[in-house]
Amino acid sequence: MTGPATNNSASSTDNAAVEKVRITDTTLRDGSHAVSHRFTVPQVRAVSRALDSAGVEVIEVTHGDGLAGSSFNYGFSAVRDIDLVAAAADEVRNARIAVLLLPGLGTVADLREAAAAGAKIARVATHCTEADVSIQHFGAARELGLETVGFLMLSHRNSPEGLATQARIMADAGCQCVYVVDSAGALLPDGVTDRVTALVQELGDDAQVGFHGHQNLSLGVANSIAAQRAGARQIDGTLRALGAGAGNSPTEILVPVFDALGVQTGVDSELILAAAQEILAPVVPRMPVADRSAIVQGRYGVYNSFLLHAERAAERYGVPAYQILRRVGERGYVGGQEDMIIDVAIALRDELGAAGKDRVTA
Amino acid sequence: MSRPTAAIVGPGNIGTDLLVKLQRRDVFDVRYMIGVDPDSEGLARARALDVETSAEGVDWLLARDELPDVVFEATAAKPHLANAPRYAEAGIRAIDLTPAAIGPFVCPAVNLGAHAHAPNINMITCGGQATIPIVHAVSRVTDVPYAEIVASISSRSAGPGTRANIDEFTETTSHAIESVGGAARGKAIIILNPVEPPMIMRDTVFCAIPPDADRDAIGESIHRAVTEVQTYVPGYRLASDPQFEDANERWNGQARVAVFLEVAGNGDHLPPWAGNLDIMTAAAVRAGELLVTGAAEPKETITR
Repeated sequence: MTGPATNNSASSTDNAAVEKVRITDTTLRDGSHAVSHRFTVPQVRAVSRALDSAGVEVIEVTHGDGLAGSSFNYGFSAVRDIDLVAAAADEVRNARIAVLLLPGLGTVADLREAAAAGAKIARVATHCTEADVSIQHFGAARELGLETVGFLMLSHRNSPEGLATQARIMADAGCQCVYVVDSAGALLPDGVTDRVTALVQELGDDAQVGFHGHQNLSLGVANSIAAQRAGARQIDGTLRALGAGAGNSPTEILVPVFDALGVQTGVDSELILAAAQEILAPVVPRMPVADRSAIVQGRYGVYNSFLLHAERAAERYGVPAYQILRRVGERGYVGGQEDMIIDVAIALRDELGAAGKDRVTA
Repeated sequence: MSRPTAAIVGPGNIGTDLLVKLQRRDVFDVRYMIGVDPDSEGLARARALDVETSAEGVDWLLARDELPDVVFEATAAKPHLANAPRYAEAGIRAIDLTPAAIGPFVCPAVNLGAHAHAPNINMITCGGQATIPIVHAVSRVTDVPYAEIVASISSRSAGPGTRANIDEFTETTSHAIESVGGAARGKAIIILNPVEPPMIMRDTVFCAIPPDADRDAIGESIHRAVTEVQTYVPGYRLASDPQFEDANERWNGQARVAVFLEVAGNGDHLPPWAGNLDIMTAAAVRAGELLVTGAAEPKETITR
């Protein structure tokens, strides 16, 4: 009987240093966007158990927009995310639970509550030019004894050098791994390589580098390979790509791909495939897909969480979602500005209405 | 009759913008600008505007023979915590633009009358000044079990103090949405956007309302509140009409009104896109004027 083929003839045991990446599965955080933040406790328990059994070391559980994300602007959670964190923490044997926090929305008080509920890792996310708003949260996270990860969102909107400067601010504040976050699925592999390389050079031994990919241009996995080759040591994925916009790099593809490359993830390929197929797929009514709107997001660099909000506004105001998203991209709105989707939809409706009237009178 | 006198403590951008506004309004005689750094650009700007300056801090101010009637504090929370008792002891009323929040939260369009005799008032936050008049406009017509605001500001207008303690913004604004705006529960979100050219401040207010609330009355009340704020912030406007949405089980069976605001600054010392800073200084000037002219009589309220 033969095992899966590996395209790397030198098996990892021949190398002095075995290459490793740590997979963080964020199905229960980024995937929350794709289910409009309606995850239930039994769903979170089942997914956490399956991921833990497969050997995933880090499982992120939070509202899609992080702690305290439950809101009019981002959508109300069906279950308080602190309760979901507690359920996941109770369910796992080896994995550690991570939570996301966006300064300006979540606070140190939320972080404290998450730690008390069993979270072990704080992931603090800022726009890719605004890292200094995270300093107080990294300090607090370290005081709480949490491992820390920094998220530079919409990384395509900053140059490699600019991004490295921001990564340095996070590392100096106590962040132990800074991620290049391709929130819009807009980066091409070379763009990932350049950014990860710049961060690795800047941070050296002070902090690791990670990569969070999206599928808008179908490059989540390819970009993750580029990131690993450039020195990234933490990679994000979600089961069945469940996530904002066109979805994330699928965890159940990342694992066998890294396996084929001779890069250890510590995750069992068969068990992660089973988790995706048998546990996650049955509970999710609509899987993300790179449709017209999602591809426009990738091309215009629009924050992926905006997708379902744009679809709702499109329905309400009678304008196409992809047009809303394109204008949102042109205006340079950043993660968190979901309210501006409604604003743009109203303006588009008025313009299209006015244009219609002009045609009638012409 | 001699004009009331004022001092500004804190010669940064906020302090300078205050000075420009106060001099243009001409209600106060601005006597002093106080800092701690002799090389401060702000002190130099104040001298150029014919205001006596000192880099010797509040000690210098309190040693003057002629103390000001009102001091505008534009430093930071910590200095104001130290200074506030000294102003009170000297009988100087304090208008606090820092997050210290020793005195009551005040939004001139909403609740200044209730604090017309307070020795120290706090101007909440920029997002609070922009959105609380709207929350209040809704809550004076109907129950607001929950109100949420999103303030988007240009990165360039977010100073080091805001950045170092952004939690302070969300927490302070949330509390004031409840205690001043009249919502049973409040939530505040702030977003920094680095786009160039810088974006003008935007604020969105979401209020949960009962499914059968009188939408015409709410709409009329919101328009009235906007007009009131415009008397001291000319660049404050509705970006679109209030948007009503029907009750929804995801909103706990409540309906919702969403209000989209734009706050352009007056371009005094700060550029027009920095509406967040402008609305703070404009509100502070307004509060100061109403307090010293005795015009801060309790505002009419609609009884339900």
